[in-house]
Amino acid sequence: MKLSVWTYEGPPHVGAMRVATAMRDVHYLLHAPQGDTYADLLFTMIERRNARPPVTYTTFQARDLGTDTADLFKEAATAAYERFQPQAMLVGASCTAELIQDDPGGLAKTLGLPIPVVPLELPSYQKKEHWGAAETFFQLVRTFAARVERTPAARPRCNILGPVALGFRHRDDLIEITRLLETIGVDVNVTAPLGASPADLTRLGDADFNVVLYPEIAGVTAAWLEKAFGQPSVKTVPIGTGATRDFIAEICALTGLDPAAALAASHQHQPWWSRSVDSNYLTGKRVFIFGDGTHVVCAARVAAEEMGFEVVGLGCYNREFAREVRAAAERHGCEALITDDYLEVEQRITELQPELILGTQMERHIAKRQNIACAVISAPAHVQDFPARYSPQMGFEGANVLFDTWVHPLVMGLEEHLLAMFRDDFEFNDTAGPSHLGQAGGGRPAHSPEPELAADSLGFAPAEPAADSRVAAGLSWTPEAEKELIKIPFFVRGKARRNTEVYARQSGVSRIEIETIYDARSHFAR
Amino acid sequence: MTVLDLTPRTAIQPAARRTVLRERGQREVFCGLTGIVWLHRKIQDAFFLVVGSRTCAHLIQSAAGVMVFAEPRFATAIMEERDLAGMADANEELDRVVSELLARRPDIRVLFLVGSCPSEVIKLDLSRAAQRLSGRYGPNLRVVNYSGSGIETTFTQGEDACLAALLDEVPVDPSTEASLVVVGTLPDIVEDQFQRLFDAMGLPRVAFFPPRRSTQMPAIGPNTRFLLAQPFLGETTQKLEGRGAQRLAALFPFGANGTTAWLRAAAEAFGVDMARFEAVIAPARDRARRSLERHRGKLAGKSIFFFPDSQLEPSLARFVAEELDMRVLEVGTPYLNRTLVGCETDRLSADVVLSEGQDVDRQLDRCRAARPDLTVCGLGLANPLEAEGLATKWSIELVFSPIHGFDQAGDLAGLFARPITRHDLLRV
Repeated sequence: MKLSVWTYEGPPHVGAMRVATAMRDVHYLLHAPQGDTYADLLFTMIERRNARPPVTYTTFQARDLGTDTADLFKEAATAAYERFQPQAMLVGASCTAELIQDDPGGLAKTLGLPIPVVPLELPSYQKKEHWGAAETFFQLVRTFAARVERTPAARPRCNILGPVALGFRHRDDLIEITRLLETIGVDVNVTAPLGASPADLTRLGDADFNVVLYPEIAGVTAAWLEKAFGQPSVKTVPIGTGATRDFIAEICALTGLDPAAALAASHQHQPWWSRSVDSNYLTGKRVFIFGDGTHVVCAARVAAEEMGFEVVGLGCYNREFAREVRAAAERHGCEALITDDYLEVEQRITELQPELILGTQMERHIAKRQNIACAVISAPAHVQDFPARYSPQMGFEGANVLFDTWVHPLVMGLEEHLLAMFRDDFEFNDTAGPSHLGQAGGGRPAHSPEPELAADSLGFAPAEPAADSRVAAGLSWTPEAEKELIKIPFFVRGKARRNTEVYARQSGVSRIEIETIYDARSHFAR
Repeated sequence: MTVLDLTPRTAIQPAARRTVLRERGQREVFCGLTGIVWLHRKIQDAFFLVVGSRTCAHLIQSAAGVMVFAEPRFATAIMEERDLAGMADANEELDRVVSELLARRPDIRVLFLVGSCPSEVIKLDLSRAAQRLSGRYGPNLRVVNYSGSGIETTFTQGEDACLAALLDEVPVDPSTEASLVVVGTLPDIVEDQFQRLFDAMGLPRVAFFPPRRSTQMPAIGPNTRFLLAQPFLGETTQKLEGRGAQRLAALFPFGANGTTAWLRAAAEAFGVDMARFEAVIAPARDRARRSLERHRGKLAGKSIFFFPDSQLEPSLARFVAEELDMRVLEVGTPYLNRTLVGCETDRLSADVVLSEGQDVDRQLDRCRAARPDLTVCGLGLANPLEAEGLATKWSIELVFSPIHGFDQAGDLAGLFARPITRHDLLRV
């Protein structure tokens, strides 16, 4: 048993749902108790999908366990086929149904449905969401992809593999990369799973190579296609300007095409935005990165090479990518954190006190509580991370988006030096309130350094204040030190307080004086 | 106007003769674990430990979107492959997880071990585990067990199971004097409003269950009269009656009528003079009526269709029909407890379809055919129906928002009015 407060990944059948929901003309029959239908809302609410996921749940209850859950499964399969008329049906069990061992695959076979049935074995007590998605995609491809007679074509042709439902910016990455391939001179044969039908999967063999956008989901499938059809995979994930250029180079090396046109794309703003003088203040900002392995490795490169940040820590929640993430950590001279325990991630962030966190929705919550700037770079993501506007992470436009979304939470940009200059100004303090809102005294109370906890996007419950660690640690502040702290601008005061306390604890000081604040400041100003 | 305007506006047919559509098929409902989301907010020294799978953990955080907390007072002991191998191992593992948890949270006074589908299927005996752990950590920590599994409970039945289990921790009231206990989780602000009204009526001994802290358990005995604040508390009711407590049957406190009837049941049981009762409730009831008036113009004559969700549906249907003049087409409920909500369904007009259980695809067919002006449904169905041009209200908000009592009547009406107003406003 593992004590778990929050989870980064759902069970493997949710991964299967992400594949089924992304595709067309597939239906997933899931042997599951009532309640497991909650998974529908991930798609309809978080991703704002306008249709129900193509999933039928048997929703058995306790009273069915005494009779025949297998019959219930067969009835549901027949009814789902008649109602939805899919090209293919996925059948499988959720965690509870796995225990009652009804064998959905075998049962479905006895029904003699006139369509292919793909049984999924997703061990719920060992594996997680990404693994489930990868396995489902692989089983579908293995069932449908056949060796085909290559159709003659003037241009090289590829498949794009990996985008699924509920993916972080998959919709827009796909648009960006499809355009980029067009510019390079490559045609897209099949994109899958997103938007593909089983019939489309049969044509996968009719391509020269595969572009693997999301190795977590399509890595296994791409390796199999390489072996079965001799299709090489393009493995560079084009997140960031440098990686996008490498991606173009890799494709051109593979196809013999000229990269010049693609490399000359006119919308590469990020390099200049980074070089412009106002970006000087970004130099050496301490950043902590956490998410799925692929996005983390890519983000670390962008942070270090394209933003000029210092990567002080990175890690991933999917153990399958631990090797890649450890290698990246070594390159950036920090320690990798491979865990799916949210509390460990929070602990590491508290220790490191970064100025910016690039993470998932979970790190966004940690950041909110600790009043640290944060941008989301990876699934799991919440509803606000599925924007209406075009907002890819990949390609040159993706690099522009990264610049904007990572710099924006750092708030002040050009104004940072002005803040230092005016911090003693009577109008510029935490009780004055934002002038543009025109409400006098609308600011924070002077002695409330803890950030306000905003309700979550689905916002159902009120916030709970964090426990006071100060008292527990036996630290106290002299009145003079408290006064000095008030002179520090409110938006960095929380950090100054924490750093001072961390320093005090480390150096065995229990009573914090003015000197302690400045000692801590020089200690942390590495 | 009479003191109590409780006459239904439409002709009614007794529920006994009304046919109930009973369906079996896919049930698009939450399981009882979801109740943890509001129960842990209510009982502030309680911790809820689900003994289940990764799916359980994922459900609670997805359904509730409560991830803002540093360290919430709920968690999941996720069973893994090796726990399923042998039972002895699972118990040891559970003990280890609990000791880990209590080391982190020494402030916890009551620990709920919450059973799930997988723990029920493998027959992990959590009641014995609760006894064992109570023995080890008591008396400062009470360990209580209930099941929120989807195979046994639907959504709000999780609260019913929780409260029924918690009753074992409630002392017997030795007093010969009658007392009133309001049963069912209410937001603190609503409790306080009711408390003020009961005080003004002169009721001396009023308590709420569940309490805000486990140390404030009300005593319950044969002289206890109880009012249900929620209609889904069937098991809790049976258990209370088993102790000799008497249920005060009434409409549920939604809207001006429902709240009046609910409070009147208490007033009558405690012999409150009716003139005093009227004087006490009149200001708040008039406020409720005025606030309802504002929404009635928007909602009168509009048709409404309820998908099953929380068992609040019959009471809410009565409210929108009587107090907002809406036209109720279908009232779906996961489970129809005639004893508790018969008084509500009796007041619905004869042409209202009452359905129990669910076959979601067939119900969607009926809903699409009826094209209601407003569909009350779960989060999995709302956006797909909106995309088909139907205005929807997420039913979960009716469970998570303060909607009981006079001063929330307008807010409750507002929850139904807003989607329709929005449909009228948007030109995109």
